Amino acid sequence: MSVIKVKNHEIVIPGDLLAEGNFKYGEGVIRKGNVYYSTLVGLFQDKGEFIQVKSLKGKYVPRPGDLVIGKIVEVGLTNWIVDVGAPYSAVLLANNATDKRFDPVKDDTRKIFDIGDIVLTKIASFDRTRDPSLLTNERGLGKLRGGRVIEIEAAHIPRVIGKKGTMINMVKRLTRTQIITGQNGRIWIHGKKPEDEIKAIESITKIELEAHTQGLTDRIREMLSNGQTENEK
Amino acid sequence: MAGDGTVQLIDEKGKRVDGRDLDELRPLSIKIGVLKNADGSAEIRMGKNIIVAAVYGPRELHPKHRALPDRALIQCFYRMATFSVNDRKSPAPSRREKEISMILADSLSSVVLTEKYPRTAIDVYMQVLQADGGTRCASLIAASVALADAGVPMRGIVSSVAAGLINDKVALDLYDLEDQKGSGDMPLAYAPTLDEISLLQLDGIFTIDQFEESLDLAVKGAKEIFEIQKNALKQKYTDIRADVKEVPKAEAKEVPKAEAKEVPKAEAKEEPKA
Repeated sequence: MSVIKVKNHEIVIPGDLLAEGNFKYGEGVIRKGNVYYSTLVGLFQDKGEFIQVKSLKGKYVPRPGDLVIGKIVEVGLTNWIVDVGAPYSAVLLANNATDKRFDPVKDDTRKIFDIGDIVLTKIASFDRTRDPSLLTNERGLGKLRGGRVIEIEAAHIPRVIGKKGTMINMVKRLTRTQIITGQNGRIWIHGKKPEDEIKAIESITKIELEAHTQGLTDRIREMLSNGQTENEK
Repeated sequence: MAGDGTVQLIDEKGKRVDGRDLDELRPLSIKIGVLKNADGSAEIRMGKNIIVAAVYGPRELHPKHRALPDRALIQCFYRMATFSVNDRKSPAPSRREKEISMILADSLSSVVLTEKYPRTAIDVYMQVLQADGGTRCASLIAASVALADAGVPMRGIVSSVAAGLINDKVALDLYDLEDQKGSGDMPLAYAPTLDEISLLQLDGIFTIDQFEESLDLAVKGAKEIFEIQKNALKQKYTDIRADVKEVPKAEAKEVPKAEAKEVPKAEAKEEPKA
């Protein structure tokens, strides 16, 4: 018999009994015999055969293919050490940085990325036994110039993006800014005017705070369009 | 523990010096997320005890040679403020503080899923601002909710309380005076959802019957405390939910999957492992 003991979208804490029987399970769930327990504080999600607990907080754990915003913290002869907000520092090899082949005799790593640079990168590989490695030689990746970076809980990034990007596209449109979200919880915002950037930051902070509630897109739209009319008056 | 048991700590009506029954806890409140810098934090007030716990991590461990190849290292730092007791406490970490830090780390390691973050450190800081007996138990209560608040995966939440002997009777949750003038003290850490004991210490001389009675009483007390921990953890999120109740299920039935759409040539995230 498969029985789910918790209502969908209910907030659970570590050790809570979630279900008994036979299920597939994702993050935040452990199985002991035939019984499933939560391991996180988060929202319980019941998708029929599949159960998981969506964390509301927690450190970013790299996954291959993730787009992340990193900061160069160390420059080596043929590599950079990048802080991506994970428990492990990431390595970007010079050969994965640019389209051209890197020659350590002729080329200088500092000319490509220097300490303190903010880069949009992709996790190339990570398996917990080694530190994650990055790449920036794909289209759209590389150094981010101008704008500002804010940091939110990595767990809330999907909420900030919204279903098929509805939320983020709305914020971009209404605040007239460019926004890039990294899966590691860092968001790069670039607008023509500082006020636009501040408005975008405000709405993202609000999304983060109310991430586990429903009807959020409408509230954000209301908040942004109200602000706009006030400015125009 | 140091007492010889001659001081009268229970009156004719069976009440203790501070007016509690033998099996009564001190008033207890827990607040989550009191520190902004920390990944997770909690403040506990248990009787006159005030303790703040902060969790940082999982993060890189320095020096690196201490890292464990297969799991995270939990480092606890239990410290008492100089002003936390009547006689000024020397600010240097004492033998007692180091010992308590170690046993708390061991106790927490048994519930945290450390194998999820190999080679990292999870740092738990517990600062006693005001001490009134039973601080190691109170620190553990705060530390385990702070860990949960930090999003560290755990098998369950640890509760903790002491039972002890005063005037040869078993009492729950001893405070400073009873600790000093009573004849025995037995701190216990217990995870109610797992039905596991992760810390048990005993100081003084108990008969087998007294020990069993103390154990039962402490487990019962820990279960009561667990309910408060549970409420505190959920409170933080239900509060925000209540604030924004006015728009009922207009959209977003479920939290959407991560999709990095706005960046060129970026593909959608894969489904989490089944």
